Amino acid sequence: MKRKEYNFTEKKDTRSGFGDGLLHVGKNNPNVVALCADLTGSLKMNDFKKKFPKRFFQVGIAEANMMGIAAGLTIGGKIPFTGTFANFSTGRVYDQIRQSIAYSNKNVKICASHAGVTLGEDGATHQILEDIGMMKMLPGMTVINPCDYNQTKAATMAIAEYNGPVYLRFGRPKWPIFTRENQKFEIGKAIVFTEGTDVSIFATGHMLWQALEAEKELHKSGISAEVINIHTIKPLDEETILKSINKTKCAVTCEEHNIIGGMGESISRIISENNPCPIKLVGTNDTFGQSGTPYELLEKYNLSPDYIFKSVKKVLKKK
Amino acid sequence: MSKKLNISDLKKITPQVRRDIIRMVHGVQSGHPGGSLGCTDFLVTLFFNLMDKKSSFSMDGKNEDIFFLSNGHISPVFYSVLARSGYFNVEELKTFRKIDSRLQGHPATNEGLPGVRIASGSLGQGLSVAIGAAISKKLNNDSSIVYVLLGDGELQEGQIWEALMYAAHNNINNLIITIDYNGQQIDGPVDEINSLKNLQKKFKSFGWNVVESDGNNIDDIIKTINQAKEMLKKKLPVVNIMKTIMGKGVDFMENSHKWHGIPPDDDQLKNALNQLEETLGDY
Repeated sequence: MKRKEYNFTEKKDTRSGFGDGLLHVGKNNPNVVALCADLTGSLKMNDFKKKFPKRFFQVGIAEANMMGIAAGLTIGGKIPFTGTFANFSTGRVYDQIRQSIAYSNKNVKICASHAGVTLGEDGATHQILEDIGMMKMLPGMTVINPCDYNQTKAATMAIAEYNGPVYLRFGRPKWPIFTRENQKFEIGKAIVFTEGTDVSIFATGHMLWQALEAEKELHKSGISAEVINIHTIKPLDEETILKSINKTKCAVTCEEHNIIGGMGESISRIISENNPCPIKLVGTNDTFGQSGTPYELLEKYNLSPDYIFKSVKKVLKKK
Repeated sequence: MSKKLNISDLKKITPQVRRDIIRMVHGVQSGHPGGSLGCTDFLVTLFFNLMDKKSSFSMDGKNEDIFFLSNGHISPVFYSVLARSGYFNVEELKTFRKIDSRLQGHPATNEGLPGVRIASGSLGQGLSVAIGAAISKKLNNDSSIVYVLLGDGELQEGQIWEALMYAAHNNINNLIITIDYNGQQIDGPVDEINSLKNLQKKFKSFGWNVVESDGNNIDDIIKTINQAKEMLKKKLPVVNIMKTIMGKGVDFMENSHKWHGIPPDDDQLKNALNQLEETLGDY
């Protein structure tokens, strides 16, 4: 594989990828059950609810109870998928997840929509930018942030097959679909989207599309960027990260999350421990979000392709 | 299924479990003797008489009654009862709260201690977990019962009331919860700290059927839990408000929150053990 340019013909929200994936695993595995805290429509869980009413549990606005019930459902062999906004899936219920799910090693899939600033107009109360940090710190927790509809659907199907607690993070806005339908999703395996030699760009979630857009501009100015999708933030694919760094000798990381405690810090640790080189973290910087359209907010909080382009230029100068 | 013991045999086990509790807490000079002593009669009766349980442990606990301890700090009584039930060797009780032990300060599952299905200690979470396990049993067409024990001070946690609403609304009628109603919490009497007021009325208004019992009277525990099992047929979960005496069985520990979480010294150990007959042999 050499350089590859990505385009899209359709936009769809990643949460719909979750909903469609959930319906699929519901059909394949009778042990899969789903719980929701009064956000069934927003989480796109209506099809599952309709098809499997006895395996769907409406918990009401009581997320702590939902996490505990999910932990209990695993006893007896059920595979519970919880659904609510990312804010209410993590910060609100951190101790319930910590004790009843992570420490107790329960096979619960915590599925979290509306993550990051692209939630838009609802504002900072709902735009969590700290969830990756909280979840990656929990021993034994797998953390996944897929990049588009197809990848989210594939990830939802993959985590049903995996035994252990998982945090699956996705979003609200309609977003370009640029990965294959019916792809195989390998937990913990980073994907090289386009090969390059000058700089490694590691991106997760919605930010992968932003990185691919930036790559097009970098290519026009003669810079060869390698864009790698880190869909699994924990466990990190150290081998793929270091292989790329050994070639490019510098990196930019991109995430729709606070750079304090996010994916970029995890990658920085791998790089600084193994092959120190210049690195720049693109993400929100120790701030809450605010109301606005998704694209206005991406611009405002330095999450645009243009900002990634400039970050690459900066890091190249430090080589 | 395990053999069920009669009342006179249960009364032989309880002083031994109380000895285990005192010796474990003394041995490591930490842990929670007060609530453990108060709940000894209940847990012994539950494990050796009331529950239909298999003799070997499986995490899924299919087709057997299962128990969750939500107020995890009374781990000494839990561990003693599990060991005396044959889930693991009683010798292991001496490792309580020591480095690399499966008997963590508060119950944990990660070291695979048989009998423990969920970590507890951070209060307020066990009822939700028990509800989940009860739903799992229903989905599996398993007609056995889920038991959970909560502290009374623990009822100050908001998650408990989320769970109570849910269980009544959804007719979780394979679940019996018991409140260790000893009226004490770390900082003092529950009534002084954040009173539960009329607890029976609270539960009833949340849609639960309520029974009340004397948790230090084995006959009454058996009678009440059997009554609770009957009441489950009314399609609602049942709560057992169980009055206990914190520190029961050791005169200088009884009725005081001071023994919630402190260990006896050497003289106090001697004094306590003199009050409790060694019926089954110390570990």
